[in-house]
Amino acid sequence: MKLIEQKKFETDMKNLIVSPAPHAHSGDSVRKNMLLVIACLLPALAVSLIAFGWGALITTAISIVACVATEWLIAKFVLKQRPTICDCSAVLTGLLLAFNLPSALPWWIVVIGAVVAIAVGKMTFGGLGQNPFNPALVGRVFLLISFPVQMTTWPRPLGFETSYVDAATGATPLATLKQIVKGGDTGLIDQLPDLWDSFTGMIGGSLGEVSAIALLIGGIVLIACRVITWHIPVSILGTVALFAACTAPAGMCCGEYVAYSLLAGGMMLGAFFMATDYVTSPMTGWAKIIFGIGIGLIVMVIRTWGAYPEGMSFAILIMNATVPLLNKIRPRRFGEVVKK
Amino acid sequence: MRTFKIGGVHPHDNKIYSAHQSITECPLPQKAIIPLVQHIGAPAQAIVEKGQKVKVGELIAKAGGFVSANVHSPVSGTVNKIDTTIDAWGMKMPAVFIDVEGDEWMEGIDRSADVIHECTLEPKEIVDKIAAAGIVGLGGACFPTQVKLLPPPGKTAEVLIVNGVECEPYLTCDHQLILEHGEEIVVGIQILMKALGINRAIIGIENNKPDAIARMKELTAKVLGVEVMPLRLKYPQGGEKQLIDACIGRQVPSGALPIEVGAVVDNVATIYAVYEAVQKNMPLISRVMTVTGKHVAKPGNYKVRFGTPLTEVVAMAGGVPEDTGKIIGGGPMMGRAMNNIDMPANKRVSGLLFLPEDECRRVEPENCIRCGKCVAACPMGLEPYLLSRQAELKMWDEMEQHNVMDCIECGCCLFTCPSHRPLLDYVRMGKATVGGIIRNRQAAAKAAAEAKK
Repeated sequence: MKLIEQKKFETDMKNLIVSPAPHAHSGDSVRKNMLLVIACLLPALAVSLIAFGWGALITTAISIVACVATEWLIAKFVLKQRPTICDCSAVLTGLLLAFNLPSALPWWIVVIGAVVAIAVGKMTFGGLGQNPFNPALVGRVFLLISFPVQMTTWPRPLGFETSYVDAATGATPLATLKQIVKGGDTGLIDQLPDLWDSFTGMIGGSLGEVSAIALLIGGIVLIACRVITWHIPVSILGTVALFAACTAPAGMCCGEYVAYSLLAGGMMLGAFFMATDYVTSPMTGWAKIIFGIGIGLIVMVIRTWGAYPEGMSFAILIMNATVPLLNKIRPRRFGEVVKK
Repeated sequence: MRTFKIGGVHPHDNKIYSAHQSITECPLPQKAIIPLVQHIGAPAQAIVEKGQKVKVGELIAKAGGFVSANVHSPVSGTVNKIDTTIDAWGMKMPAVFIDVEGDEWMEGIDRSADVIHECTLEPKEIVDKIAAAGIVGLGGACFPTQVKLLPPPGKTAEVLIVNGVECEPYLTCDHQLILEHGEEIVVGIQILMKALGINRAIIGIENNKPDAIARMKELTAKVLGVEVMPLRLKYPQGGEKQLIDACIGRQVPSGALPIEVGAVVDNVATIYAVYEAVQKNMPLISRVMTVTGKHVAKPGNYKVRFGTPLTEVVAMAGGVPEDTGKIIGGGPMMGRAMNNIDMPANKRVSGLLFLPEDECRRVEPENCIRCGKCVAACPMGLEPYLLSRQAELKMWDEMEQHNVMDCIECGCCLFTCPSHRPLLDYVRMGKATVGGIIRNRQAAAKAAAEAKK
């Protein structure tokens, strides 16, 4: 019997695979991470659907399709690479871009945004992993500068009564807040939406950013699943809260202003989903914290003294530029501090 | 529960296949091939001649230097030739070929199962006996054990750390050894403590082996100074530096040895060998190996004499499974893929793992997405993404500045990478090159200093 086994063995040997260790893998993949982030964004999309009706879904679909198509075309015909759309990163970029747009934005503007996001923001640098700036934000800021009117026309959260083509519009809480902070117009405080509405998402704003609770749930799931770490969201939200607490305008109590600062605009979406983008955020814990503090400071400076009511996109893009520098901060090496 | 502080990963431990399989003796081979390099350091020098009769336990090769180890005959018979062989890692090396005749043992070797607790030898005598028995670290590195017991001048040992972690997935030989020979291991620990002149020992065992923890606790309950420390499951806890950190909270500085922080680390299998050598005059001629895999017919823990062709060990376990794609010497994290198993068992091979075809191909790498998971996983606090890129670009100086020489090649970076990038392959390559550069520089500096004189 041993002989038979040995003989069989000799023939088998030719087919053995030899490779260096390790021979095991965690099973993690780029695609899995991307899909998990997408899944964690779905609650916010659902709230958006409730708040803004079909427009939210139409804009999202257009954005995703345009992003994926752009990536495929560029990879196939310009870079002549194997298209990498299967890793779902273009889907995620499309979804995040849509989340940063008003739900009633004309379809062709959405397409332009998607093309800029993928073509300029991502593929120019060589595709996934090579881009210095968050592609979705590149697309969004491009649109904001090119189409300032359309990009700041916010449909009101009237649910399925909101039509995609002809929506009733209104001011966002941030715009109102801006007038209170910068203009000192304390009479407008009454016009701020209910805090509860800000928390659940029944306010005006970009289609995916309105529901703090849905984004918070998604973000916490992401941290629990170890897709992202706590460093960036906590340092951003902490900095913003601290900044707001120190600069509350006259006529508003400190806690109220902190709450509005945290709940309004793209704060939750930015802190949990945009700033934590792997490619454009630093590697180590301390660098991530500095990155987060930087974003928190810049966004509050823009909101308080800048020309725009919201500064999350700009803050993240500016801090993206510092990532190569922040990556010089090295992790604590083993044995660096010897305990005696 | 304690563990090491930096990095680490959680691979599936897959120990169920061979766990709790009692240690079975593998039959004697007809021909034994005994490599003379079964340790780190200088090769041993053969002292037998062709045609000479040898007995089991007879010295056949003497240590070739301070860092080297004796080799004894694991079988009795006639020396056929002294030639080169290819060892388990595909390296050519000198070996003694013996035609096995019977099983005649050297006089003075106690083969009974009685546990001898008393040890009246002086520390120096213990170290000499360990050196004579050719004992090396059986956890994988194969560092000659007696060298660790002689701290360099100015350094003193404070604590013996016993490595019962067995953090490699699949492997169970140390676990089974603790269960079956715990009593001997405890005596071995006391012998080593005496040899080192210390009164404290810590046995580190991961909490996926509760029965081993309980057994050692029971055995050491009345032994002064010996403590069992359950450790939280995390790979690579069995790494020497990680284990010291986990057990006593001290981190060995970059480039230094454990004695720098007063620790001496020995594996349970090594300590069992020490017991056998000191109390029973048994040189190191066999070890327990795990033969395992998802589709192995009889996975288990086999006691194998060195020199036995691995094919015979595999036959004991029911042959090579049909769908085998990769055979690994050791565990899946740090073991090496073998291209054949005709080579003999030796001090280095702690296990044979048969991976099914569908589990052993690497996934095609994608772009680095800079997620930082490799940085978070690295137990040495390095930046694998950066080191691998530097190695790709042949930036050797930068690699040295980023402490590539600290890398312990545990594989956490490659294990965790979502883009399946061959991080460790590049880092390993860079480490070898940088190591060469450093050695050349040191040699040049030494030569210059001597020229000045």
